[in-house]
Amino acid sequence: MVDEPSIAPVSSGVTQSPDPNLLVATGLCKCFGGIHAVDHAEISVARNSITGLIGPNGAGKTTLFNLLCNFIPPDQGRVIFDGEPISHLPPHQVALQGLLRTFQVPRVLSRLSVLENMLLAAPRQTGEQFWNSWLKPLRIRQEEQELRQRAWHLLESVGLAAKANDYAGALSGGQRKLLEMARVMMHRPRLVLLDEPAAGVNPTLINQICEYILQWNQQDGVTFLIIEHNMDVIMSLCHHIWVLAEGKNLANGSPSEIQTNPDVLTAYLGQ
Amino acid sequence: MVGYLISLGIFTATFALFSLGLNLQWGYTGLINFGHVGFLALGSYTTILLGIAGVPMLFAVLAGVILAMGLGFVMGIATLRLREDYLAIVTIGMAEIVRLVALNEDWLTRGGRGVYGFPLPLAQFEPNLPTKLGMIAIFWGVVVAAAVQWWQWLERQYSRGRSLPPWGLPAYAALLVAGSVGLWLTLEPLSLGRGLAIAPLVVTLITLGGAIALLGSQWRGVPIVPIGLNTLAAALVGLVVQALTVGLWDFSYRAGLLWLLVLVLAIVVWQLERWIHSPWGRVLKAIREDEEVAKALGKNVFAYKMQSLMLGGAIAAVAGSFYAWQLTFVNPDGFVSLITFQAWTIVVLGGAGNNMGTLLGATLFWAYTALTRFIPLDGGRLEALRMMLIGVLLILLMMWRPQGILGKKEELSLGR
Repeated sequence: MVDEPSIAPVSSGVTQSPDPNLLVATGLCKCFGGIHAVDHAEISVARNSITGLIGPNGAGKTTLFNLLCNFIPPDQGRVIFDGEPISHLPPHQVALQGLLRTFQVPRVLSRLSVLENMLLAAPRQTGEQFWNSWLKPLRIRQEEQELRQRAWHLLESVGLAAKANDYAGALSGGQRKLLEMARVMMHRPRLVLLDEPAAGVNPTLINQICEYILQWNQQDGVTFLIIEHNMDVIMSLCHHIWVLAEGKNLANGSPSEIQTNPDVLTAYLGQ
Repeated sequence: MVGYLISLGIFTATFALFSLGLNLQWGYTGLINFGHVGFLALGSYTTILLGIAGVPMLFAVLAGVILAMGLGFVMGIATLRLREDYLAIVTIGMAEIVRLVALNEDWLTRGGRGVYGFPLPLAQFEPNLPTKLGMIAIFWGVVVAAAVQWWQWLERQYSRGRSLPPWGLPAYAALLVAGSVGLWLTLEPLSLGRGLAIAPLVVTLITLGGAIALLGSQWRGVPIVPIGLNTLAAALVGLVVQALTVGLWDFSYRAGLLWLLVLVLAIVVWQLERWIHSPWGRVLKAIREDEEVAKALGKNVFAYKMQSLMLGGAIAAVAGSFYAWQLTFVNPDGFVSLITFQAWTIVVLGGAGNNMGTLLGATLFWAYTALTRFIPLDGGRLEALRMMLIGVLLILLMMWRPQGILGKKEELSLGR
């Protein structure tokens, strides 16, 4: 019943020359009935990079996300995160390894306050085991204080501090996006899968969101994998882009290579 | 009247305890448990059967708790990985299984003939004067602490940041106490057949009306219904407090039982509040709101749901012990599904996900049951009428105050 302590994956990273890729997935397949949503797809995400994942509607991008963090178990294929296979781990264990995701339509916990949404996200809290309220009450209090500080700091940096004590359900769509991203950062992730961070958001906020992503990437060393339809966002942020069409890999390369790739243009614009 | 009020107090507190377990499961974790009575039955039967076998009472209760947690574990293993509707179906079936086993395993439970003559707590207890005074003092300590907690909750829930003038709280408390004493003085001659005492009745109406008007005028814009019902419930609890004080003085078995129950209830509420406001409770609430999010943030949703189900069941098992001790005769008819839905009524009435609301819901529910007793109808019809009225009340409640009588409206208008 208790979460098993995660196996420390650090040693391989420091002593040996580390794999340049933080996440490598190969041969991923998922069928829904007769539809091959993801068909032998592969993807790799370099450490400290911002990697893009694009493709026409229905290409299987979100399904691929779900396979990567095991929200949907893949029919076939392997996912390796920081040198360790993670395909067999349940979703919450994947998250505890430091691989977090957001949702295409932001999902906030409506009847919790914005601050509580943030506090929840911190991993491995002592107080998350109910018996620790008897065994380690002081440690819980101390942790809560530290988490509170960190949460305030993050909320201030995304401009939600004034809303901290409001119900998260009372936030607007754009604010929910911000909260969801800040909440993920509260977990101190190593890799974040962002599902359409700029969808349904006004242009000013899109710029802000891009700034936050860059800041978290450069200052905190967080790696990002981003699904996005807004090409300006993708081209300005990403170091490397993967293109998916009909569940298969179509191309991958730097933004300039992708922009000039004839296959990609065909897939997007039709024959 | 003292005896009747104490019995009423025991039923109220037992159902409050029982419903707190459901509130943990449904109100905080979102688990739809339609078989809560199964835990109550297991707790009752284990306690009394082990009691008859000579096991010390405390261990018998603990055994009931452990068995109920086992039942929760089995229910959880079967259903918690599935969608929540399955839990509803399986729990209702499990509770019926427990009841039918009790009905048919004659060698163990004496079936429909029921169990009686089992050992009762504090039954042979004859306290001397200092002990009595000590018990009364402890009881009043709990009452005062509860009153403070209740007031703070009331302020948080309804004041919306408006504070009372410095004389406000003492005035409200004085009116409430006067109203409760007035109610006592009105009811006592009535129960002795001396007719209605007009003067105390007038005092009661004026003081309680005044108390409600006081809060209503200071907290403008807050619906008067929850304030009124809170005040009335507090006055009724005050009535039972007076009865138990008298009852502890002229010590009787039931007074001792209620005293014990009040202590247990206070401890359980205190512990639940601590848990709910700890990171553990935060995860439960997150699961209630959206379990996919909890999963995506690294929480082991299955384990938390299991803990909630088992702990809620454990609380219900403790309630089961008191249920048996109050009835002093236990048979399977006492554990029909109706009992589960009475707990649901209490939780919905008070507003789900709110321990204080559950306590008030229990008070109002039993006040309703006690009042409808005076409708001049024979037993069967009265029971049917009560159920009808409760149904109508719940429908009206869902139309006008879907957040529960005491719940917060804001929580409903939130988008997903």
